Amino acid sequence: MPKIPLASWIDSLVEWMGDTFSGFFNAISFIIEGIVEFFTDVFMLPHPYLFIVILAVLAYLLGRLPLTLFTVIGFLIIENLGYWPQTMSTLSLVITAGLISIVLGVPLGIWAAYSKTASRIIIPILDFMQTMPAFVYLLPAVTFFSLGVVPGVIASVIFAIPPTIRLTRLGIMQVSGELTEAADAFGSTSGQKLFKVQLPLAMPTLMAGINQTIMLCLSMVVIASMIGAQGIGAEVYRAVTQLQIGKGFEAGLAVVILAIVLDRFTQNIFKTKKRGA
Amino acid sequence: MAILQVKNVSKLFGPGAEQGLQLLEQGWSKARIAKEKNITVGVNRVSFDIQEGEIFVIMGLSGSGKSTLVRLLNRLIEPTSGEILIHGKDLRKMNKEQLREVRRKTISMVFQKFALFPHRTVLDNVEYGLEIQKVNKSKRREAAMKALELVGLKGWEDKMPDELSGGMQQRVGLARALANDPEILLMDEAFSALDPLIRRDMQDELIELQDKMKKTIVFITHDLDEALRIGDRIALMKDGAVVQIGTPEEILTQPANDYVERFVEDVDLSKVLTASHVMRRPEAITLDRGPRVALELMRERGISNLFVIDRAKKLLGVITAEEASDAMKNHRKLEDILITDGPRVGPDTLLNELFEITSMSKVPLAVVDDNGRLMGVIVRGAVLGALAGESKNEGVTQDA
Repeated sequence: MPKIPLASWIDSLVEWMGDTFSGFFNAISFIIEGIVEFFTDVFMLPHPYLFIVILAVLAYLLGRLPLTLFTVIGFLIIENLGYWPQTMSTLSLVITAGLISIVLGVPLGIWAAYSKTASRIIIPILDFMQTMPAFVYLLPAVTFFSLGVVPGVIASVIFAIPPTIRLTRLGIMQVSGELTEAADAFGSTSGQKLFKVQLPLAMPTLMAGINQTIMLCLSMVVIASMIGAQGIGAEVYRAVTQLQIGKGFEAGLAVVILAIVLDRFTQNIFKTKKRGA
Repeated sequence: MAILQVKNVSKLFGPGAEQGLQLLEQGWSKARIAKEKNITVGVNRVSFDIQEGEIFVIMGLSGSGKSTLVRLLNRLIEPTSGEILIHGKDLRKMNKEQLREVRRKTISMVFQKFALFPHRTVLDNVEYGLEIQKVNKSKRREAAMKALELVGLKGWEDKMPDELSGGMQQRVGLARALANDPEILLMDEAFSALDPLIRRDMQDELIELQDKMKKTIVFITHDLDEALRIGDRIALMKDGAVVQIGTPEEILTQPANDYVERFVEDVDLSKVLTASHVMRRPEAITLDRGPRVALELMRERGISNLFVIDRAKKLLGVITAEEASDAMKNHRKLEDILITDGPRVGPDTLLNELFEITSMSKVPLAVVDDNGRLMGVIVRGAVLGALAGESKNEGVTQDA
């Protein structure tokens, strides 16, 4: 039996897509690049110390004194080591990829919760996205969007969106049938039922998904740097390829600090909201 | 006209429900359809009318289809066949929007496990029905506060549902349903999750509320005592079909078949039947007659005491034969021998309470209405007779 020419099929598919949808890919590229640049500009606008003060105030408003201390010390270290601009561009990349994942992932999760067919289609795709090695789709991403930050964002979204979709779906499906029945019995429209009952009750689960998504985005920054995304990941990559162990550690430490701060911030946003309610 | 009419309504679950319906018509049993066709008969060709302002109880054991039936009434579950008319309009023919309008304005529901929204305060829960109708904030707040006051939860409006006890949570559920000011309340085992003492209180309060607000209530329960306590009429269900519809007394005294009879055989009649069920026509005279007339009347009827009323039939007291003959000898008037502190009860007093009163009193027990007018007399023999399951025992006299 002859070998299935899967590889050549995929090659021609990618080539065909690159030709046919180039306008579409360019538009996406333009938008994503714009968003990333916008965030980088905003983050670089204040002096690093002012930025750290702003972050500290935010952390304090979330009601966490240890987090405030950690944020201040952590970012001071980053500034001191000289990775400030790289960290800010990484933060922009992560936030852009995170936002895209939320904007796409939450509605997809809701759809999957409502429709059995949708969930039968979406879930295997998610499995595929999560287990396929990232390098494999990094290359087509480069083909479509050329080198730079955009394929990095796209690859991050592909890698990081599954938890948001899965946990949104789970959160909505976990809302007890009696409550949705009550919402129906009082004459809610589907929109009212979703926004007044299902989503608020799914919120803790949904937020756990978003938290996971952001963490996964961050874990992609080194890989994204291989296709030209600037930032702290690129520093790590350069240090490792040049066998600069100390420098690699410094850059890696900056990633860890950023990761912990992002994790705690996203975890606490919802908790504070709940306390305030 | 009845506010809610259910005509030949069925609900079958599973693929081929339509075919199952035909098999039901051909006389197949629920069990056979389930076994051979894998179709579950939830509700089997049920018909009844519910009048405005009545408490209509649908009762049956678990699996009898009562919870499915109540959900057909607001189409939380789609009926397979039949008609459900609200004010003569067929619920099944309504589009989504019309149905939503009915659920918002006409029918509210109270749930077994309360189904309060845990992320909303008590007040926000009660406001929910009005909020989704986009009623403005101050107006819906006012309606919600009124509903909360009605169920006795004033001052609790800012609590979260999980801070309240079960009984209080269900009051919130009730307030939420009342805030819409619906004409019909569907109560699905509303008190079943509460402990017995609280349940009793809630039943009493529901009856009181219903007196005040004149809502039409469809109450689902598996508890016969509850059904008998609060129901104006009861529909007894078995295997998805209604076995008998009637007043509590009819269900108890004229069970339609063996199933109903077995169902009600353990009922403590003394907690169901009331004074009006067992009272006799009272013998009475007006005060302006003398002792001689009174004595004559007693001798004629073979009784030893007599009620005295005024011209408006208002009960003044009771006289005994002994005192009357004494009065006749000493030329005293009826007023002088009138016993005015004899026991009297309302027509809704339960038999078990009558028991104690009749056994402690020397004079017969009078049944009077709200205006103090004499309605009847309770005779101990009749109370016993009723408890023994006899219908009206004409042989018993007024003698206590």
